[in-house]
Amino acid sequence: MSILVGEDTRLAVAGLTGREGSYHAMNNRRYGTNVVAGITPGKGGQDVEGVPVFNTFRQAVAATDANTAMIFVPPRFAADSILEAEDAGVATIVAITEGIPAHDELIVFNVLKRNPGVRLVGPNCPGVLSPGKANVGIIPAAFFKPGNVGVVSRSGTLTYQIGNELAQSGFGNSTIVGIGGDPVPGSSFVDIIALFQADPETELIVMSGEIGGSAEEEAAQYIAEQVSKPVVAYIAGLTAPPGKTMGHAGAIVSGSSGGGQAKIDALEAVGVRVGRTPTQVAQIAVEILRG
Amino acid sequence: MDLLEYKGKQVLARYDVAQLPGREATTVDAAVAAAEDIGFPLVIKAQVKIGGRGKAGGIKIANTLDEVREHATNILGMDIRGHIVHELWLQLASEIVSEYYAAVVFDRSAKAPLVMLSTQGGMEIEQVAAEHPEALAMLHVDPLVGFHPFHARRLAYEAGVDADVVVPVGDMLATLYEVFVGEDATLVEINPLVITPEREVAALDAKVTLDDNAMFRHPDNATLDDSSAADPQEAMAKKRGLTYVKLDGDIGIFGNGAGLVMSTLDVVAHAGGAPANFLDAGGGAKAEAIAASVEVILGNPNVKAVLFNVFGGITRCDEVARGIIEAYEILKPTVPFVVRLDGTNDVEARKLLADADLPHVYPEATMDGAAARVVALAREGVVAA
Repeated sequence: MSILVGEDTRLAVAGLTGREGSYHAMNNRRYGTNVVAGITPGKGGQDVEGVPVFNTFRQAVAATDANTAMIFVPPRFAADSILEAEDAGVATIVAITEGIPAHDELIVFNVLKRNPGVRLVGPNCPGVLSPGKANVGIIPAAFFKPGNVGVVSRSGTLTYQIGNELAQSGFGNSTIVGIGGDPVPGSSFVDIIALFQADPETELIVMSGEIGGSAEEEAAQYIAEQVSKPVVAYIAGLTAPPGKTMGHAGAIVSGSSGGGQAKIDALEAVGVRVGRTPTQVAQIAVEILRG
Repeated sequence: MDLLEYKGKQVLARYDVAQLPGREATTVDAAVAAAEDIGFPLVIKAQVKIGGRGKAGGIKIANTLDEVREHATNILGMDIRGHIVHELWLQLASEIVSEYYAAVVFDRSAKAPLVMLSTQGGMEIEQVAAEHPEALAMLHVDPLVGFHPFHARRLAYEAGVDADVVVPVGDMLATLYEVFVGEDATLVEINPLVITPEREVAALDAKVTLDDNAMFRHPDNATLDDSSAADPQEAMAKKRGLTYVKLDGDIGIFGNGAGLVMSTLDVVAHAGGAPANFLDAGGGAKAEAIAASVEVILGNPNVKAVLFNVFGGITRCDEVARGIIEAYEILKPTVPFVVRLDGTNDVEARKLLADADLPHVYPEATMDGAAARVVALAREGVVAA
């Protein structure tokens, strides 16, 4: 098994006819992902390298039984596209788009919250990769191989860094999930860690967090109560000064909240081992996996 | 985008939020002229985006034009915890019966707007929350339902506002929520919200933060940005589409992806160094963008060495190597570069750098090793020819 994406994934891509959308969707297809449809209003009836394009998500789902959506449309249209995918009954929505207005994300989150059958990953995320099975998004799959480490991260490149160090030690991944760096992510650490806990293939969970918000603290509490698998963590931005946004809209230490040390303390207090550098994280994970 | 107090007040004025008469000024003479229009007594307030202005001497009362001249002279140019005062706000001083606090905040954790009201205004709200939690009424609003009159009444009665102002205070909360949604704000805070002897409710201060990602919906709000106050390197980086934040240290940092760059800052600090900046070149950066990044980094005169830490996913390491070589030839840097490239096309990238054989460019294989190297070089003060 794996989580969120795999051999059963039937992917519909919003923005398939765009330059970025087609480039990454075709990359995903070459990896083995079953790309069944594209959605671009006004371009229904066309195709992109044999993948049929539809005007609406409803048409795409009716014709292809798509169960997963990848959102690759510009920020001002992205929230609408996510809501359209949900309305059409798509179960897993992966939103790559960066720069969606915070209030739009708020509306999306609160609409999707009412539907227990849907899961949104992102926005502003690198996507989801289950090595050897399916890749939905922009994660460079060549650096990863199948295995039993589940990775969940707010950052893309940092995930590649940690995953690559694990791979060099001979360990692969069940699934790698980028939840994104925005203030209102569709999925939190808690949501993804719960899926990894239930996934028989995942033996160890690596979570890579960063300053800002309280998602890491919430994860610590959840791990204490619900997670029996070992978790290794990393927190980026420990030395970032307060009041400065570090690239991700969500990465800011404001007042007394969002600081890196508080997150590390919360995680270590519940028995999660926290590496001080990405290399240390990989070393700790390898140590636990080798028993 | 954080707005200066008076620009926040301009936004509130569009929604007819009651305020006291006031004007902004950037010179002492303009302050005196503004005072002649406003009348006395008046308050002169430093316009900086940081709290504690009063304690720092940035807020003064004036009763005469001479006092306006004196205070304006002292406050303009003042350094309030690293923020230089370039602008003043002069406002008629009112008689105040009560000081309340009202705010609408984007609560990330609850994924909902949070409306807050307190009768203990005029001080830091964190302090009120800690010392008098009963005096702070809070309510999360379902963004799909919106803010309704009963929400306002509930907050007003829970906070214990004076009975005769329950309705106007409630109306004020509804208006602030309207501003919050209508302007794509992530913060609208009034502290203090005052009750005058005439029992009128007015906003004496304003703290407004707007969402940069939503600016396309509000082209008029672009004029509220005071980029003149921004750091020159930050302005240059913004123009070139780079994410750059200036820091206090002497080691320039180049990386791709916000998380990896943040991590790079930490690893450099862990190795005993102090980063001079955060710079995220983003995904898929081409050689020209990389050369531009190097120019921005080297524009900071404090930089003694530069660390390039890249894990190529969409970004191709060979493009980064070409960018470094290009920048080197154009800018002829006088500080050493440490380069760690992993990921897409890394072998080709390392060969490009080896063939170019640039003086004082040091390749490193690991992130931790690269951090240790750049810290050592910055300490030695090695200067390239």
